Amino acid sequence: MAKRVLLIEDEPNIIEAISFILSRDGWTVHTHADGETAMTKVRATPPDLIILDVMLPGRSGFDILRDLRADPETQATPVMMLTARGQAKDRELATRLGASQFMTKPFSNAKVRDTVRALMDA
Amino acid sequence: MVVDGIAGSRIRERRIDKGIRQATLAATLGISAPYLNLIEHNRRRIAGDLLAQAAAALDVPVDQLSSGVDVSLLDQLRSAAADMAITAETVRAEDLAVRFPGWSDLIVHQAARIASLQDRVQVLTDRMTYDPELAGSLHQVITAVTAVRSAASILVGGETIDADWQARFHRNIYDDSVRLAASSEALIQYLDTPDAEGASHMAPIDEVEAALDAYGFHIPDLEAGQSKPLDRVLSEMAMSSPMALDLMSRFLHQYAADAAAMPLPAFADAARTNGHDPAALVRAFAVPFEAVLRRLASLPVGEDHPAMGLAVADASGALVLNKQVRGFALPRAGAGCPLWPVFTAFARPDQPLRVPVVLPDTTTQRFLCYAIAVPIGQASFDAPPILRSTMLVIPDAADDGAAATQAGVSCRICPRADCVARREQSTMTASAL
Repeated sequence: MAKRVLLIEDEPNIIEAISFILSRDGWTVHTHADGETAMTKVRATPPDLIILDVMLPGRSGFDILRDLRADPETQATPVMMLTARGQAKDRELATRLGASQFMTKPFSNAKVRDTVRALMDA
Repeated sequence: MVVDGIAGSRIRERRIDKGIRQATLAATLGISAPYLNLIEHNRRRIAGDLLAQAAAALDVPVDQLSSGVDVSLLDQLRSAAADMAITAETVRAEDLAVRFPGWSDLIVHQAARIASLQDRVQVLTDRMTYDPELAGSLHQVITAVTAVRSAASILVGGETIDADWQARFHRNIYDDSVRLAASSEALIQYLDTPDAEGASHMAPIDEVEAALDAYGFHIPDLEAGQSKPLDRVLSEMAMSSPMALDLMSRFLHQYAADAAAMPLPAFADAARTNGHDPAALVRAFAVPFEAVLRRLASLPVGEDHPAMGLAVADASGALVLNKQVRGFALPRAGAGCPLWPVFTAFARPDQPLRVPVVLPDTTTQRFLCYAIAVPIGQASFDAPPILRSTMLVIPDAADDGAAATQAGVSCRICPRADCVARREQSTMTASAL
């Protein structure tokens, strides 16, 4: 059975591109575009890995990450953060909150694919 | 205010210039060489006959040895040293100022330049970090670039892609390129605007204060009886940014209102008659205390009016207006000494304060400060009052016996080790001073 990736991102064309890349790599990709209801989505269909944008409507990716790590059901789920802000303090915050990886936009497709593979193999 | 404890430095400088050995001069003066050494390092004072003998021996007028150095120059030298992460010979600041006044000025000007550039960097950093419009524009650009890059990488990746997916990614790239062009154009326009308009590299409030300083904070065109419209005065101030223009406009409107309530000839006469006592002027003109403080600071210097400084602070401690006067120079935001009445007034809203203040230098320069913190805006049941504090600073005030507040400029250059208000260690040890 294909591993499930949940992509929480609000930009439609980025969603489409990442979904395409990961689907071709054998992943089942679910997507969600709203920060406010992201945790509901996670709990409804627990993924094997989460790709989480920082800037989301309703709620920030950092807030969602904090909830993910506080929930016993998801605290061990690998989370790769995406952000358009590459500031050191954002990276530091993501690390402190328990992000597995932190990727700055614009990223290469190969790097996204390879990082997802590495996180699942870890 | 000058420091008169540096005659020793000048004796030493003059003696060396004339090639006279210390022991020789000591013998001429009838004192021991070690004692002359102490004098030359300003650890013993020299005055009277001994000073006159030294002047004669060194072939200089007495006042050339005894005239002091501006304490503000010393403060600025010490501040320059404190701002650096290296240990400087602050104990010899007086020697430096006396022996190398030109180099001292250079240090002070370079330190001011560095501070100005640091402020500029901070303004730009704040703008990059907190400006929502800039952050939003950058986010749009980066998001569009990311989407274009991902879609383009898929198309050129060499793998077979269905025609439907190809068409979809082509469409996405086109849409994102249009969005990218628009976002980039908006971003460039936003970033270019200040330079295109010739914006100053100063912070807006610094630009306003620099312009007002050129007038001595006295604007004759806004005094009662002058016919020049305020808008024209504002235009002549030539502010380079909308923010500076807005700040200047608010200042000038308040100035004009104060001038109307306290017409210059009558106010100037009353100020002289009452020894520049704000309380008497409040009674005479039936105006708020803070208005009198502002008006006093706007009086033209001379004609029996001393130079007076003014500081206006909001409750965060930031100075929203700062008219500096000799010896009084608080930092703009956050790092000043909290003992100045402009800050302590916040603890007693609506209560006027009259507080002598003494700085921690060898001259014990004494300021007389008047301050009051008052609410601004409309009163509300649902929110605490927003206070603004105004302080008038009169330097070189006579000692009237009242206990003086032992204040400083900022902790970093203040030697008061036991000060309860200290928030960080001084970079100048007691021995360094």
